[in-house]
Order: sequence, then C-alpha cells, then structure tokens
Amino acid sequence: MVELFRNPNFDFIGRRRWAYIISVLFILAGFGSMVAKGGLRYGIDFSGGTLIQVRFEKPVPVDRIRRALETVRMGESVIQEFGDTREYLLRLPAAEAASEEVTKQALAALAKEPELGTPEVRRVEYVGPQVGRDLQIQAIYAALWSVAGILAYIAIRFDMLGGMASVAAIVHDVLICLSAMSLTNREMSLPILAALLTIIGYSVNDTIVAYDRVRENRTKGARRKGESFATQINNAINQTLSRTVLTAVTVFFTTAVLYLFGGKVLEDMAFVLTIGVVTGTFSTVYIAGSLIVDWQGWRERWMARRKKAVAKA
Amino acid sequence: MRRNLGLRIGLVIVVIAVSLWYLYPPRSSINLGLDLQGGIHLVLGVDVDKALEAQVERAGDTVRGELEKKGIAVSKIERRGISDLAIQIASPQSWDSALTTATEVLGAFDRKEADQAAGRIVMTLKPREATQIRELAVRQGLETIRNRVDQFGVAEPSIQQQGENRILVQLPGVQDPARAKALIGKTALLEFKLVDDKVDPESAVRSGVPDGDEILYQRRVDKETHQERKVPFVVQKKAYVTGRDVATARVSIDQNTSEPYVSVDFNAAGGKAFSDLTDANVGRRLAIVLDGNIHSAPQIRERIPSGRAQITGGFTSAEATDLAIVLRAGALPAPVQVLEERTVGPSLGADSVRQGIIAILASTALVFVFMMAYYRLSGLIADVALGLNLLLLLATMAGFHATLTLPGIAGIALTIGMAVDTNILIFERIREELRGGKTIRGAIEAGFSRAFKTVVDTHVTVLVSGLILFQFGTGPVKGFAVTLMIGIAASLFTAVFFTRLLFDLLYMGPLKRESLSI
Repeated sequence: MVELFRNPNFDFIGRRRWAYIISVLFILAGFGSMVAKGGLRYGIDFSGGTLIQVRFEKPVPVDRIRRALETVRMGESVIQEFGDTREYLLRLPAAEAASEEVTKQALAALAKEPELGTPEVRRVEYVGPQVGRDLQIQAIYAALWSVAGILAYIAIRFDMLGGMASVAAIVHDVLICLSAMSLTNREMSLPILAALLTIIGYSVNDTIVAYDRVRENRTKGARRKGESFATQINNAINQTLSRTVLTAVTVFFTTAVLYLFGGKVLEDMAFVLTIGVVTGTFSTVYIAGSLIVDWQGWRERWMARRKKAVAKA
Repeated sequence: MRRNLGLRIGLVIVVIAVSLWYLYPPRSSINLGLDLQGGIHLVLGVDVDKALEAQVERAGDTVRGELEKKGIAVSKIERRGISDLAIQIASPQSWDSALTTATEVLGAFDRKEADQAAGRIVMTLKPREATQIRELAVRQGLETIRNRVDQFGVAEPSIQQQGENRILVQLPGVQDPARAKALIGKTALLEFKLVDDKVDPESAVRSGVPDGDEILYQRRVDKETHQERKVPFVVQKKAYVTGRDVATARVSIDQNTSEPYVSVDFNAAGGKAFSDLTDANVGRRLAIVLDGNIHSAPQIRERIPSGRAQITGGFTSAEATDLAIVLRAGALPAPVQVLEERTVGPSLGADSVRQGIIAILASTALVFVFMMAYYRLSGLIADVALGLNLLLLLATMAGFHATLTLPGIAGIALTIGMAVDTNILIFERIREELRGGKTIRGAIEAGFSRAFKTVVDTHVTVLVSGLILFQFGTGPVKGFAVTLMIGIAASLFTAVFFTRLLFDLLYMGPLKRESLSI
C-alpha cells in the first residue's frame, strides 16, 4: 500500500495564526500591486473595446507594430506578445467609430509597413460599452448567487456557522486568486470569472468533506470526554487529509497540464484554476476549520463575560 | 446489492451501447463552438425607436393626405420626440372636422393635446401599439437577417433573439467576416426619389432646402487619387417606389463595360408606380437611394413600362452579389448596430482543438498513472471508470446537441481531475476501514456506504456553481458549465455505481478474490 500519510496527526488548528498571517500578507501584496497599477485590469469583456490577434509571417519587434499603429493615432494600443514573437494581441483604444472601422484602420496601418509582411488576422473581439456593462452586472449576479447558493446548502446540510465559515473560505480563495492575477498582470475576463466560480465550488467541496467527518465522529460518539471543539475539527481535518491532498494533486495535474499545453487562449483561465486548487486546499485545512474554532472561542468568552456581568449585577 | 449482479451488468452494457450509438459517426456528432471551428459571433442591437419614428412619420403622411382630401389646409405636420405627432392646421374654421379626421385616421394614437386657439393637435402613439411595433421590428429584423444568411450560404447558422431587442447571429466557418457583417448589418432601404433640379445643391447646403426636400450625398471615389468625395443632391423627401416594391433582384454584367450591376424587378404594384413615375417625369433625374446614400441619379429618358430598373455604381462582383441578396431579402425594419463581435479565424480554431486534445490526453495519462501507482488494482478500476466517464460526457453532449467550446475543453480536463475525487474518497475510506480491522468485504461495504453521503454533498456544490455559470454565462463560458456539469453528474454513475460493480465482481461475485489491492 502506497500511503501519503500514515495516521496523520498534524496540529493544523494550533498553527492557524501562521496561516492567517501568510494569507493576509499575500492578499496585501496583491492589493498593493492592484493599487500601484490603478486597480485590477479588466479585459474587453467587461471594459468594452476591440481586441485583434494577428500573426505575422516572421518575427516582428513590438515597436515596429506600435509605430505602424501610431500612423492611425492608435499609438496607445496595448500590444502584447502572444506565444511567440510572430503573434501579437492588439488591444485598440476605445474609439467613437464602429468596431469594423477601427479594425479596418488598424489592419490597413499594419499592411502599409512593408517589413511586417501580410499579417493573418486570427481573432477579432469587439465588445460594445453596453454589452460590457451588461456582462459586469451578470458577473456580479453570478458571483452573489453562487455564494448564496452554497451558503444556503451548507446551512441546511450542516449549520449556519459552517455556512459562514465556508463563505469566508470562499472569499479568501477568491481574494488570493485576484491577488495572484494582479501580481502576474492578468486581466479579468469571462473565462476567468468561470474559473473563479469553479474554484468556489471546488473549495467548498473540500470543506464539506471535513465537516461531514466532524459530524460523523460526533454521532459515532468518537468524541472522547473533554475533547475540545478545536481538537474535533483538527481530528476531522487529519482524517480526511490524505483524500484532500490526493484530490488536490489530481486536479492540480490537470490544471497544470492545461496551463502548460492548453494553448495561449486558455492560459489565464488555467492559471487561475491552478492557483485556486492550491488555495482551495489550503483554505480547507487552515481557514474554514480555524475560523469556526475562533468564532466558537470568541462566543464562549463573550458569553462568559456576560455571565460575569450578570452575576455582578 | 450482490444478487442483482446480472441486472447491473446489463445496465452498464446498455449505457455503453447507447453512448456509442450517440457518438457514431465520431466526426459529426459533437458540435464545435465558434472558438474551435472558426466563425463569427455577433450581437446586434435593433434600434427599435427608429422603427417607431418611421411608423409615426408614415401615419403623418396618411393624415396629411386625408386632411388635404377634405380641403383642410395643413400648415405643418411633424414628429415630435419618438412617438408624438403634431398637426398644425392653417385656419381655425376647419378645427372640428380636422379633429374628427385626425382621430379617425390615427386609430393607433391617443389624443395628447388639442389647442383650438393655436390650431394645434398633438397625438401620441398608444403604448400598446408602440410595444407591438417594437416587437415586430425585432421579429422582422430577425427574419430578414435569416433570409440574407440563407441566401449567402452558411452551413448551420444560428440566428436568435436575445433579450428584448437584440439579435444573436452565429455563423460558423465564414471565411470573410467583414463581408458577412456588412451583409447582415445593412439596413438596405432602397428608395427611388426625384431630384429637385430647381435648387442648386451647393447653395442648399449653406442655406437650407425648401419644405418637402432634403439633401442626400453621393460618394464618388476618384480613380486616380482614391480620395472619397461627397457630392450633394437636393431630392424630394417622398419616395415614389421603395424596396418593398421589389419582387426580385439579380446580378448582371454590362455588355459594354463588363461591370457588374444589379437588375431589379418590381412586383405588379411597384411596376405600375414606376411606370407612372417615369411617364410623368421624363427629362428629370431619378435618384436611386440606398440607406440614405445616393447610388446614382440617372436622367429619365422615357417611360419605363417593363417594371425593371438597373442599379449601377461601379460595384465589385461581391458587392453586386450582396446588394442583390439584401434587396431580395428586403430591408430591415429598423437599423441594427453591432454591440458585440467575436470572430475567430479557422487557423486559430484548429490550433485550439489540437492543443485542447493534447491537454486532455496528457492530463488523462497523468491521472491514470497516478491512480494506478497509488491504488494498484483499485486505481485501475478507477481509471476504467474515468474512461467510462469521458465516454458518457461526450455521448451526453452529442445527445443534447451541446456545443463544445474552448473553455468547454478546460471543463473536460477539470472533470478528469475531479471525477477521480469520488473514487479517492471511497478508497481512502475503505483503507481506513481495513486499518480499523474490518474484513475485505466488510471494508468495501462500509467504505462505499459511508463515503456516499459525502460524495453527494460534494457533487451538489459543484453542480450549484455549474448551474449558476450556465444561467449567467454566455457562449464559450456556457460551454464550460455544460461539460463540467455533465462530467460531474456522470461521475455519480461511473465512480460510484460502476466501480462498485467492478469491486463486487472481483471480491464478492464468482471471482471471490481474497486479497484487496488498494
């Protein structure tokens, strides 16, 4: 039998402070980079605009393309290498003119430069301001409904406290993913949103497995006398640890392969999924369980203080 | 459970057979999304207010005719805002009869204002009528676009209404997106208008046109310099013959210049109107106006009784073909505007498919090897179940005519990673029961039944996020939600029911293996 852990008994809950610090530091770094860059970058799905993917016959330096675009006053386009030095993503500045006019002008400007050869237009995406706004609203609804749906499900299957802790873990995972995106200069787009919602589902998955175990242990009466709530949670996390890690490994394999071989178009989505798998596992082990323990602790202390106050009075 | 072995094997065989049947023939059974096979995705916004304005203006023309027929002098009829019509009569004596006539003729309108002293009547379109006109404009626009696309010749186009006044057009495998877009988005309102020769166009541009006239431009491209020039014309607003009177249109080639032109045949009413118009106006110039641009303004030399007109104007053959298509299919009742466009070239689509297949094969291989290395024979069982899961996933997509998109491929890859989770949960549980001292059969029994509740919980959460994604997502993202949901649902069958069957066969059925390889 190959075993990852033999009767693991790590003190996860006891070391939760460290986990909090690591998470907070990472999120702070991410938000710092967001502030430095003037906010999270939005792709054209949400901000609207025109995106052209072109492939040249031979490698072309960026400044040649920029010079060509400057002739039609599109010098401030975002020009991004895509895969290799023959292929580029051009994000054209928002213009009053219709999408086909803007696209046509940009391509005509590129065609005028003899050194660039004839570029092949591989993809054109145009999202009007109206649609961009609609997609933003839809994205917010989708995120809120996902969180509400999962909160409701866990509250029904377990209890409200577990639901709240799961949602906290979800928020944590999403914040980590957003931070990682900002640190690596990636844009928020529709596929990324899909990845984030998937991460939400995945992360809760792990948490549920641990909660299920806590409850099962309780009904079996496995709780030894005097065993604290923190110990119960810690035991459940340890008992399900090998499953958590094994599943994380298989999912990590697939998303990492997707990131490496799935092509440039899927790369960002695969990146967020991969980060999400890691943070989802981390948050199950450290955040979801730990928060309940801390919450319970706060409540007990608060109750005790109130009792004292009542007794004094 | 054990007794039903035969029944369960039968069910699995049936499921496999049905899956294979849906997947045959393999090439044509799965729809590829536009991002994989290349093509255009367009969201068009129908400017429904323009349809309302046109309707109100037509009603204005009608009421003007009726009032004049009754000898009531009208000083002005104009549209105000989108749906108001203001009628100004010249003399207060005819007030009563003007009011009655306006109310009778404008049945679709409510009276908003009637100021006898000022001689002004303001009517407004009834809200219900306005809603109907809006809806009709979108519906007719959709039909017209469908007609054009059909005549253009695109395999398996999808044209559907989205929301209140948007039209979603998806054209797979189109080679020339710019041309297709021009063809779809053109309003194609064809009008024949008389040129007002009494007014000099240059001075009219500066000082305005007489009542009932308007300035339209002809675009001329200089053959030498390729500079575009706009030449103004003063024409009468009234269109004597329009695209509605066209029976058919086709491309012909001029014998002398060998330039293509579009030949238009009018229907009976249009032919008569055209014949009358040319008869009464020999010597004047007739402007052929398409979407407010003058194509040409030839002089009428004689009455044209044939009910046939020619539109020339230096077309390329593709332009002439497309013009004939839009004239045959008719004008859009309201102009449309491109709100969203996503065009993927065929080469990028092919690259994506290739990379997607590599990614799926590589992740499958990794997970296969990992499961076998970690769980030995049981891992192999999980691998077989995973294979069945992929088969079911693809067959279900084929069965429902679901579309596979690039994010959908990511969904499949993710399914591979997540579907084995169910088996990992069960196997870990079995190992735990074995460590707790249970027999092989006891451990299998307990492992499956204890893990089952957790498995259901984990499936529900993924399905919840999948459903929400499907509900709010568009196009490619929907494809992701579809593959993820089907994959997860299928894993309930493959990772629980099917693996259990294999375990029963190996350890409880006739084989009765005595050592559990897990």
